[in-house]
Amino acid sequence: MEAAVFILSLVDCCALIFLAVYFVITLSDLECDYINARACCSKLNRWVVPELVGQALATVLMLVSLHWFVFLLNLPVASWNMYRVWKVPMGNMGVFDPTEIHNRGQLKSHMKESMIKLGFHLLCFFIYLYSMILALIND
Amino acid sequence: MLGLWVFVFTVETFSNQSVPLCSHSVSVKEQHALNPGPSQNPVALQPPGPGYMAHQTPYNPMQAKGPMPPGPGLYNSGPYQPVPPVSSNQALPGQPMLKRPPMGPQHSMTPPQSASPNPGSRIPPAHATPPPVSANNYQHAPAWQYGGTPPMGAPPPMAMPPLRPAGNHMTSSPSLATPQASSAEYRATPPVFHNAMQPLCPPTSLQGYTQQGHMPTPGNGAQVPNSFDHLEMGPKMAGPLPPQQPSPPTRHMGLSYPSLPPGYQNTSAPPNAATMQHPVQPSTQPYSHPQPYQQPSAGPAQLSPSLSGLSLQSQTPEALRVVNLLQERNLLPLGPVTPPTPCLPQDLQKINCHPEVFRSTLTSIPQTQSLLNKAKLPLGLLLHPFKDLSQLPVVTSSTIVRCRSCRTYINPFVTFLDQRRWKCNLCYRVNDVPEEFMYNPVSRSYGEPHKRPEVQNATLEFIAPSEYMLRPPQPAVYLIVLDVSHNAVETGYLDVVCQSLLENINALPGDSRTKIGFITFDSTIHFYNLQEGLSQPQMLIVSDIEDIFLPTPDSLLVNLNECKELVQDLLRSLPQMFGKTMETQCALGPALQAAFKLLSATGGRVSVFQTQLPSLGVGALKSREDPNQRASAKDIQHLSPATDFYKKLALDCSGQQVAVDLFLLSSQYCDLASLGCISRYSAGSVYYYPSYHQQHNPAGVECFQKDLKRYLTRKIGFEAVMRIRCSKGLSIHTFHGNFFVRSTDLLSLPNVNPDAGFAVQMSIEENLVDMQSVSFQAALLYTSSKGERRIRVHTMCLPVVNSLSDIFAGADVQAITCLLASMAVDRSVTASLSDARDAMTNASIDSLTSFRTSVLTIQQPGLLAPACLRLFPLYILALLKQKAFRTGTSTRLDDRVYAMCQLKYQPLAYVMLMIHPALYRVDDLTDEGALNVSERTIPQPRVQQLSVEKLSRDGAFLMDAGSVIYLWIGRNCNPNFLTQVLGLPNYAAVPLNMNMLPELDTAESQRTRAFVGWLREQRPFFPILHVIRDESPLKASFLQNMIEDRTESALSYYEFLLHIQQQVSK
Repeated sequence: MEAAVFILSLVDCCALIFLAVYFVITLSDLECDYINARACCSKLNRWVVPELVGQALATVLMLVSLHWFVFLLNLPVASWNMYRVWKVPMGNMGVFDPTEIHNRGQLKSHMKESMIKLGFHLLCFFIYLYSMILALIND
Repeated sequence: MLGLWVFVFTVETFSNQSVPLCSHSVSVKEQHALNPGPSQNPVALQPPGPGYMAHQTPYNPMQAKGPMPPGPGLYNSGPYQPVPPVSSNQALPGQPMLKRPPMGPQHSMTPPQSASPNPGSRIPPAHATPPPVSANNYQHAPAWQYGGTPPMGAPPPMAMPPLRPAGNHMTSSPSLATPQASSAEYRATPPVFHNAMQPLCPPTSLQGYTQQGHMPTPGNGAQVPNSFDHLEMGPKMAGPLPPQQPSPPTRHMGLSYPSLPPGYQNTSAPPNAATMQHPVQPSTQPYSHPQPYQQPSAGPAQLSPSLSGLSLQSQTPEALRVVNLLQERNLLPLGPVTPPTPCLPQDLQKINCHPEVFRSTLTSIPQTQSLLNKAKLPLGLLLHPFKDLSQLPVVTSSTIVRCRSCRTYINPFVTFLDQRRWKCNLCYRVNDVPEEFMYNPVSRSYGEPHKRPEVQNATLEFIAPSEYMLRPPQPAVYLIVLDVSHNAVETGYLDVVCQSLLENINALPGDSRTKIGFITFDSTIHFYNLQEGLSQPQMLIVSDIEDIFLPTPDSLLVNLNECKELVQDLLRSLPQMFGKTMETQCALGPALQAAFKLLSATGGRVSVFQTQLPSLGVGALKSREDPNQRASAKDIQHLSPATDFYKKLALDCSGQQVAVDLFLLSSQYCDLASLGCISRYSAGSVYYYPSYHQQHNPAGVECFQKDLKRYLTRKIGFEAVMRIRCSKGLSIHTFHGNFFVRSTDLLSLPNVNPDAGFAVQMSIEENLVDMQSVSFQAALLYTSSKGERRIRVHTMCLPVVNSLSDIFAGADVQAITCLLASMAVDRSVTASLSDARDAMTNASIDSLTSFRTSVLTIQQPGLLAPACLRLFPLYILALLKQKAFRTGTSTRLDDRVYAMCQLKYQPLAYVMLMIHPALYRVDDLTDEGALNVSERTIPQPRVQQLSVEKLSRDGAFLMDAGSVIYLWIGRNCNPNFLTQVLGLPNYAAVPLNMNMLPELDTAESQRTRAFVGWLREQRPFFPILHVIRDESPLKASFLQNMIEDRTESALSYYEFLLHIQQQVSK
């Protein structure tokens, strides 16, 4: 059972890592002028909700399997994801707004955020991996 | 060289090219006679003056760019082609053009007289004066005659003495020329001239340059002898007025204001000058101390020490003169506030971009971001790239030379390493000079790439070859979208629009390919088939607004020339067609979608006229404003759009090169915050006429008519993009204005118009340690209405400094205020209005704190500010009381949002009037110090402080607030003024809604009308004149502009200063 939870989280985590890498790549494409802001934002906005769901799934899994530490580790990230979707102003086209992404250093902060998330997911990946192996051995 | 201009320049507005031709060649000879050659030029050989050098290492990169001697021959072959006098300026006859913008810096760009700054040794004074010399030996000069030259109607040939621009300050310049010709003569100058010259001194710590700016003196530090054979201080520099040009003494300082108490006369009488005085000891109480004003008259004495390299420690430049704001009451300059002059070597500064086009908040760029952070001043640029210029060098060349790595256009600030290589001033890459560029068509000589016009002009235009086209240049396409619901018909605006279109149909910019189309909408969308061959226009109604389609895609947009009859028919019948309509709904969203579909194949301009909140279909909006909360609400809600529909559509439009201009004529809330997005992101413009009604608001109708005329006939650029590049190490992080930022430095502008301003904020990413200067280049690529692809390039060069005091000395208070205003608009939308207000107050507190702690060595009591920032707290207070940011006063949400749009979109000169209106006393206008503009005499009253205490009951005061002008009549106003100017027997007879000055045949009336007319000519929109008296309903809005006074909800200026002082000395 324990192992199943972690295998599932591991898969989820892999998906999130891929997503984070995709965010970083797309944003740096924009930074380097390979794609325009409109295309970049519509690409990214599409994945904002899946990312939120993936993160929420991992969090909930940890909660139901009563792994408090990992749950608390995931909780801030999950709530941040929700907060940022929730606080999008009515007139904006999503978390990434093509008209504003070049203003006030937003591109940089999005980039930073994606990098941090990537790091976080990598960390989680190893935690899940370790826990999974531990669980398998214990079985 | 001179011959070149004949070919290269397109004199846009004039009709007769032959005249300039001959005058050009004449002056070529003059030039040759006058200038024996660089080697003989004693000035050029002078060792660099220590004034500059002492502080900075030699200015290498730039020296190369020294002014060159005129080429020997006329240019008449080579890659340059005569450019037809098209377009750049579509000033139509009869169309009032932008004269010199109001707060505009100066005459610097106004040429001819400017010859004066030249050292006498180069051009004998006698020659310095005649306009023709400067006019052609330096193209720059004429290039800047803002609109003055073509005095509506047939413009006179350019190169003639009338060149002396219509611009204003020119009257007195000729007299200036002589005194300036040599420093010896300068000494002899009577004090009057000193006054005039004071504004010259650029605020800078590098005094060597400061002085050189206006006083031609030998020892120009920039000139390093022998650095290259071909670099000489050529005489040709004579022409252009460097921006340091004095603002000619249009007024006699001190004379006309005898009422000032003597103590004030010292400090305030020459406020204009006060800003930029000669250096004064930092801590010698500057106020109420006659010293500063005597010093100028001791000009020469002052001059020589500064040239010999006095360092900062011993003297402070005028810009840093400490002003105690709490004591010095009258800080306003007499005339316009002038921008500071960057302390660049004189030869570079001469060719630098004009501040009206390109302006930086800090004219000295800090070396590091941490230094910038310490100064607490925003770093940014304000641009007005498509400004109407009456003359502009236009280059036709098969190859446009650009840096191979950063794609910068070659410009006057690049360095030629040798004859074959040039070093980019933005990325420092060394590039080859293409073979073609080696040939100098001016002199028909080979190997003088540095003399090409590209390297001689900071502002010029290229005719772009086909590499710059993604598709064939689009024709001019105009689509008019009209609201014809009941509410719209009620306001009666249709008549005005149709009438204006009928009158201006031949003046619409375009060529034989111009297309036009019409859409009207209420709850359905109506298209008009204007296909050639029809006997009358055919209306096609589409009632399926959920899924809009084009009924006959081919015949809705028609060629204007071929179908003019039908179009005129339609315009004549349109106002009647909907007279009886009972349809109150309005489907703006679907109409815009239809417009987008119609234009997406070609691109073009959509002009939308809307009179109410859209209520049907996509994009329908709901009223969000609660009128009862206007004054009381602690924070203003609903400044951001309610839906993303308009933004998305605008981005779609932007992608297809369609711009949407919105005219909002309404009496109730229309949610401009949402609707405005359609224009904001498609690079359109927004016009808002609150309470528009044909009968009830005749002033609004007149304003609308005038604006519409300007709108229809002004120059337009299609499918444009603008890229702003800056030197390595700097980066742009925020953009303000109407456009879509497509990639990091590329602005997509489906349309560009001459009334649009832009601003950008910058940060310093890498330390600029080894650099003497940095450059900024704005390149605007557009399709003219004649179907030509053109690139307008502006380049500005600014020095890099490493001390806080130098940064403060170069601060441009107006630019800072405008940039802060734009930032505050963003802040109030993303955060809240109170946040934005706090941020603005903090900006002034922080910068003054920084000045106090880091620059001042001796602490004094009071609120101390450098002279260059002495207006900063006043402007901040003015911003806090501006419609956009004020609280506590009932302000309609749309008015507020419109004010915000304007702050971001208008060029600096107009924004400044919106922020800080100018108040003049007009009942005693005299011709003293008046300007002469195209045969008219324009009196120049002095600018008064915006305080009720300045109003007197026995006077009449004119307040110029940018888009509106108030004429306030005091209760005991001089009866002479009432009868002679207003044509009224007494005060009681002043009507409550008077918007016109009667044309009376009296001197007073003529003066007043000339003055009002002159103010109006300086801006592209039409300010309405309201004559008001105590009982007038508009008195409240007049008094709200009295920003130095206390209101129930806002501090007075003095209280505000005390508040700042309290915070600063914490």
